[in-house]
Amino acid sequence: METSLRTDPGFWFMTALGLVLLFLGPLFWDLFQIMQITQYVVLSVYVLSLAYIWGFGGILSFGQAAFFGLGAYTFSVAAINMGETTFPFVLAFAIPAIFGAALGYFMFYGKLSDVYMGVVTMVVTLIFWKLINHTAGPEYAIGDARLGGFNGIPSVPVLNVPGDAQAWLDPGQMFQVFMAILTLLYVLLRILIASDFGRISMGIRENETRAALLGYDVRRHKVIMFALGAGIAGMAGGMWATYQTFIDPNVFSLEMSAKALIWTMAGGVGTLAGPIVAVVLLQYLSLKLGEMHILNNNFILGGIMMVLVLLVPKGGLPTLRDGIAALRVRGSVRRSGTPGKVAPDV
Amino acid sequence: MDYTIIVFLEILRAISWLVILAAGLAIIFGMMKVINFAHGEFLMLGGYITIMSHNAGVPLWISMGVLAPLVVGVFGIIVERLVIRHLYGRIIDSLLATWGLSLLMIGGVTMVFGNTVQGVSTPLGSLSIGAYQVPGYNLLLIGIAVAMMMAIWLVLRFTSAGLIARATMQNPDMAETLGVRTSWVYMATFGLGSAVTGLAGGLLAPLTGVAPSMGVNFVAQSFITVITGGASMIAGTLSAGTLLGTISQGVTFATGPVYGDAALLLAALILLRLLPQGITGRIFRKSL
Repeated sequence: METSLRTDPGFWFMTALGLVLLFLGPLFWDLFQIMQITQYVVLSVYVLSLAYIWGFGGILSFGQAAFFGLGAYTFSVAAINMGETTFPFVLAFAIPAIFGAALGYFMFYGKLSDVYMGVVTMVVTLIFWKLINHTAGPEYAIGDARLGGFNGIPSVPVLNVPGDAQAWLDPGQMFQVFMAILTLLYVLLRILIASDFGRISMGIRENETRAALLGYDVRRHKVIMFALGAGIAGMAGGMWATYQTFIDPNVFSLEMSAKALIWTMAGGVGTLAGPIVAVVLLQYLSLKLGEMHILNNNFILGGIMMVLVLLVPKGGLPTLRDGIAALRVRGSVRRSGTPGKVAPDV
Repeated sequence: MDYTIIVFLEILRAISWLVILAAGLAIIFGMMKVINFAHGEFLMLGGYITIMSHNAGVPLWISMGVLAPLVVGVFGIIVERLVIRHLYGRIIDSLLATWGLSLLMIGGVTMVFGNTVQGVSTPLGSLSIGAYQVPGYNLLLIGIAVAMMMAIWLVLRFTSAGLIARATMQNPDMAETLGVRTSWVYMATFGLGSAVTGLAGGLLAPLTGVAPSMGVNFVAQSFITVITGGASMIAGTLSAGTLLGTISQGVTFATGPVYGDAALLLAALILLRLLPQGITGRIFRKSL
């Protein structure tokens, strides 16, 4: 493991927190709380897909919901047809990843600019949403699974123990599996980011031309990252489908894409822990505000998004870190009269 | 023979439709290289103003052709002053902010008017060509698309405002040095683009009715047209509109309307793989 990772207290703290919640959480929570927290866990996996490609590769996707939805539908259709959920879960990662690689090929090998990429990824999501909304008739079926148009697919199977299709997981076990996935994903992404591959990604994020001049194949590198992000989002989609035991075309909605962007921005682009915290806080906030029935949910989301862009462009965690660093500097100035050490800008 | 004319008219209508939908967006993109992600909601706003004022007793043509562009134009200027102005040079942030605005507008309109569809009847009756009936409104759309492009061309080519606009487009720093207040040019451009979008929304209202989330149905076509066209306002919109309108209408004739949009996107992706700056990034580069 890289030294930078080994000496990062944040990494160990988050990993430990994940493990503690994984083993002790179900002992203290009631069923409703477990269901609620499982939702945060699934959405955290989803947000990591964007936090990774945007924060550590500079690839801004406005259409993570396309992969999320694709994963959800892949899982549902495959699980209904196969009668078990292990292989469908793998497919929920693989198919969106393949689709992401194909889309990434067109975008990155075409060297599209940021604006064009944003528009293309958003339009892809819109078109998925439109197409799937039009699959209401009985002729739109894949095997035993009817796509159901805007009604969605009911009775998506619950996860089962691999190899035993009848051994369904109860909500507590499902939470533990998902929490394990989230923790593992966090650790693996941190290792990937600290590896040579991750360093190249960050080099590309900082300056694409320089990275290309140093001999790295920027286009291929970006396609790999994008496909990986697509796969993670797809896996989150599969988790979402089995958590809800139901999906409808809203998994492809623009709101879903926007949420990933908002959480990542709120938590801070360039961190993984920040967006996870943002998921929990903002989902809780929108639940509470929604219960009051005064403000429309879209209104809240849009408002948060604009405020974030205009006032907190760096995001929550980095702003907090900078603030603490600034306070420390001021404190040490007052004590010793010389400027203190400024935290490295990572 | 009659059928050929009908098909031809339909394709022409599809092209005009794309041109009308995308024109406001293209004006803003051509000048500022920014895509207004709230484009669909500006359309929606234009539609609501048309229907609301018509229900209040204003003649349909006035509410569609005067009130909708005026109000949406003013709204655009307010948005530019409050939001977009702070984000020049931060393209990604301006996309994110306008997306936030789009959600905010959907939510706001839902809170005020409720999540229902409202409409007015389509004016202008129909015209018969041989054994077929053509809605007169379609011919109006074709006429308006032509007039819109002509007007933009005339303004850009022959007026001093157009000269300033072209100068700012080509080299903002140099224009500023020569005494052009570019921030006002941007404000005016955003207002004008919004007004054109408002007009498009007004024209849309009798066809589809209005609902808070209606924008979603039209942004895909508008965005694809603008980015495929590239940075030139007129040549880009016209060439992309013609190409994509023909493709989508052809596919719609063959398989029904669902796949028309998907075919549009596929065509645009392949085209952008070959011409990453859009059509006018390589062909018709010197055009307006």
